[in-house]
Amino acid sequence: MSRPTAHPYMANSVPAVQTEMLEAIGVTDIAELFEQIPLDHRTTRPLDLPPPLNEGELRRHLLSTLAKNRTCEQNLNFLGAGLWQHHVPAACDEVVRRNEWLTSVFGEPSSDHGRNQAWFEFCSQLGELLKLDLVGLPVRSWGSAAGHAIRMAARITQRTEVAIVRAIDPERLSVIRNYCEPVEMESHIAVRLVDYDPATGLMNLDDLRAVVGEQTAAVYFETPSYLGVIEQQGAEIAAIARAAGAETIVGVDPISLGVLSSPVDFGADIVVGTVQPLGIHMHTGGGVGGFIASRDEDRYAHQYPTLFISIAETIKAGEYGFGLSLFEQSSYGLRDKGNDWTGHSVYMWAIAATTYMAMMGPQGFEDVGGLILQRAHYAAQLLSDLDGIHVTFPSGFFKEFVVNFDGTDKSVDEINAALRDLQIFGGKDLSRDFPELGASALYCVTEVHTMADIERLVGAVRKVTAK
Amino acid sequence: MSVKIEEIQAPVWNEPVIMEMGYPGRRGALFSPTEEAIEARVGAAVDLVPAAMRRRDRPALPELSEPEVLYHYLRLSQQTLGMMGTSLFGTCTMKYNPQINEAIAWRPEVTEVHPLQHEDTLQGTLEIVHGMDRILRELSGMDQFVFQAGGGAEAAFVHAAVTRAYHASRGELEQRNEIITTIQTHPCNAATAAAAGFKVITLMLDENGYPSLDALKAAVSDRTAALMVGNPDDMGVYNPDMKEWVRIVHEAGGLCFYDSANFNGTMSKIRPREIGFDACMFMLHKTFGAPKSGVGGPATGAYGCSAALAPFLPAPIVTVDGDHYSLDHDRPQSVGKIREFWGNVPVILKAYAWVRAMGADGIAQASDISVLGNNYMEKGLLAIRGVTRSHPESKSPRLEMTRYSMQTLKDETGVDVHDVQNRMTDFGIDAMWTSHEPWLIPEPFTPEAGEMYGKEALDRWVAVLARISDEAYSNPDIVKTAPHNQAIHRLKPGVTDDPRTRATTWRAFQRKLTESRT
Repeated sequence: MSRPTAHPYMANSVPAVQTEMLEAIGVTDIAELFEQIPLDHRTTRPLDLPPPLNEGELRRHLLSTLAKNRTCEQNLNFLGAGLWQHHVPAACDEVVRRNEWLTSVFGEPSSDHGRNQAWFEFCSQLGELLKLDLVGLPVRSWGSAAGHAIRMAARITQRTEVAIVRAIDPERLSVIRNYCEPVEMESHIAVRLVDYDPATGLMNLDDLRAVVGEQTAAVYFETPSYLGVIEQQGAEIAAIARAAGAETIVGVDPISLGVLSSPVDFGADIVVGTVQPLGIHMHTGGGVGGFIASRDEDRYAHQYPTLFISIAETIKAGEYGFGLSLFEQSSYGLRDKGNDWTGHSVYMWAIAATTYMAMMGPQGFEDVGGLILQRAHYAAQLLSDLDGIHVTFPSGFFKEFVVNFDGTDKSVDEINAALRDLQIFGGKDLSRDFPELGASALYCVTEVHTMADIERLVGAVRKVTAK
Repeated sequence: MSVKIEEIQAPVWNEPVIMEMGYPGRRGALFSPTEEAIEARVGAAVDLVPAAMRRRDRPALPELSEPEVLYHYLRLSQQTLGMMGTSLFGTCTMKYNPQINEAIAWRPEVTEVHPLQHEDTLQGTLEIVHGMDRILRELSGMDQFVFQAGGGAEAAFVHAAVTRAYHASRGELEQRNEIITTIQTHPCNAATAAAAGFKVITLMLDENGYPSLDALKAAVSDRTAALMVGNPDDMGVYNPDMKEWVRIVHEAGGLCFYDSANFNGTMSKIRPREIGFDACMFMLHKTFGAPKSGVGGPATGAYGCSAALAPFLPAPIVTVDGDHYSLDHDRPQSVGKIREFWGNVPVILKAYAWVRAMGADGIAQASDISVLGNNYMEKGLLAIRGVTRSHPESKSPRLEMTRYSMQTLKDETGVDVHDVQNRMTDFGIDAMWTSHEPWLIPEPFTPEAGEMYGKEALDRWVAVLARISDEAYSNPDIVKTAPHNQAIHRLKPGVTDDPRTRATTWRAFQRKLTESRT
């Protein structure tokens, strides 16, 4: 098995080192160390993989392959739908790429102090945006945050249904359904969808009253909604939920929280959402991440599936450190009796996000929120001016809005294909998931889109939809 | 062999919590003012928000300049020992994260791409994802992989969801409501099975270090939905009856899932499918050299299965026709989504690059070296006073890690494994893995040598533990009060759990401080 040349990733790939180690343990061949594996378990043929590449060769191979992609830097992008193109300060990338925490493991609070502090600062700053005292370390996505929060509510209330607004990302809803389990399972949580008002995009409160009952564990809605609409009936929704003994869970995009009120202000019990807009690139979908937060009450704290990091005094007077909190209630502590399950999440993105929030400060969030509101409304208004095009919910939205092309005789697919030829990625096609909206697309406009970008889009849409 | 075992001194920056820093009016990020023409057309931003939804108070975030933020976090990164010293964290398979892979993954062809872009604009990425699928098929013998799960535990949840869909498709899900696992299989298997709605049966170990065949037979019935098991387990013990286990579970109509978390000890030696497993999971962020990312991801649990289970996989699947790659969403029997979009692409790319740099020989050698390293360390560790190996009846060499106990050391000196972990950091050695809960072996510890570290680093690790054992017998206080050279001292016990003091945010901390004073 010896190789003439050592591998750069493996210090002990030098044959002479292996010989020294084998001699120390009194074994002549490494194969003897595998005697636990029965012969009839062994593979019958060796691995057939492409020959190894050195770093220079690997670089060329990867670059030539990736060159087949077209990026949102080379093109003007209006896709959002759960993952959004925001400006990421260069300092966030510099911090998050540090090798020191790239593959650290838990260590001890004393030896891995810096990483623990960074995690605590993430939770602390997010807590200020949300006005909530209890914030867990991130979960894997917004959908998984919502799914876990619904299961928390089911345990808290000992009930078996959840009311969910229908204007929701179909991918997120699919994740939630997996968390709520199919009907065959004894612990199944029934998902009851609540209609939205076709004129405003807001939740239909009459339908909510009809859906909510004595088995409702939670009402879940989002603001802004998947269709971009700022839900303004939060207080009424929370009141209906509370009257029925249900928890109110609200999903939120935290980059909106410099201009939109925290869900706590209108009665949310548990708040979930995404961390991706907070200094994290899209990473082809690898940028997603979620959070769960609530009031700091045992009723909630003891149901979280997340890990918590708490500040604590050390044995030296006046010195503080950070350690895991309520670890024993997780699946690491209790296996199948723990709260749902805990495992790898997106904790590295907590470090990018804490850097982002610290750079933004209160004024940064107010400024970026205002810019997104104005530019998105500008784009919506200019698009509405075009023949055959209207914006379905023309006011009271944040960052995303529904553009309807029914009057153009063209499908969203055709329009997006034509826009692609003009180096523009049009909005996400909603035609299949929301047939009641007709030929519609979800357009995303953020602070990265200038007035010139918006006007370029409008000109291109005019051109490709011309009859 | 003479090994230098001098102590180190960690950086002590006394860095304040960021919430205490800053000065009103400082800025770390600026945005363009809204263009005048836009303002004229749409009006003021505040008027675009329904009155009931306007934020009335400014969030109490710190106000800092860009360099203040940057250097604060760089100082915190320096106060993270991690792999800067030696970190032999068993079950986590500490590997080098090749810098070329990091550099490529941070290029705009990866970072500035939206997963909902048309597939014509994603051809490079889809080619890499499909390439990784083919590599994992070759390593495992499975027929199809999917990368949607954001970690190993989530891949175990994929398996629980696929199990539900498979039995539901046969009308047997209500009847088959039990999943069998073992106490030394990672807790995420038991936990995800339970969260998916199954009853969990956990098999305990016999004196050989793995559950007996009889224990399995007693657990299997027509209610068995699946077996979820790791092999080797978290102690480096390989269950030689596994082929028979798979046969018995299959005969009863259950599925068999192989948690390949500990694949470093067996990669290139076995293929899970050849042993009979229907599905398996690889952790690309450990076995395949991608970063664990500060213990918590972003990560990827690559889930692979047989052709018979493939229709139930989360969608989409990357397919190829000639040289054109597609995302296949049209999968009517799919369980749907486990996580939004189709996976942590940067992690998949890094794992793919790692395999391409290693080749078949390199992968086989990595497995050889990690098992050699473990057994080499064992020789030194068992010579240390107060250290014993788990399951003394089981004489065979362990695979890539070994479970030890310090109970003797504790009995004789009062020094426990947690004291030793702390003291090791004074020498620049990150705390080693003890054991998952529950501790079957008292005062456990489980180093895993891996293939990255050289013989000198392994020698030093053993020598440090020997020195600490000497200290425990001669001057136990130095161990019990450790660390002495780290960024901070030990936390006061109990503070992080007591509801009067635990605080996961600065605002909770401030409130509880005030409450404690009144």
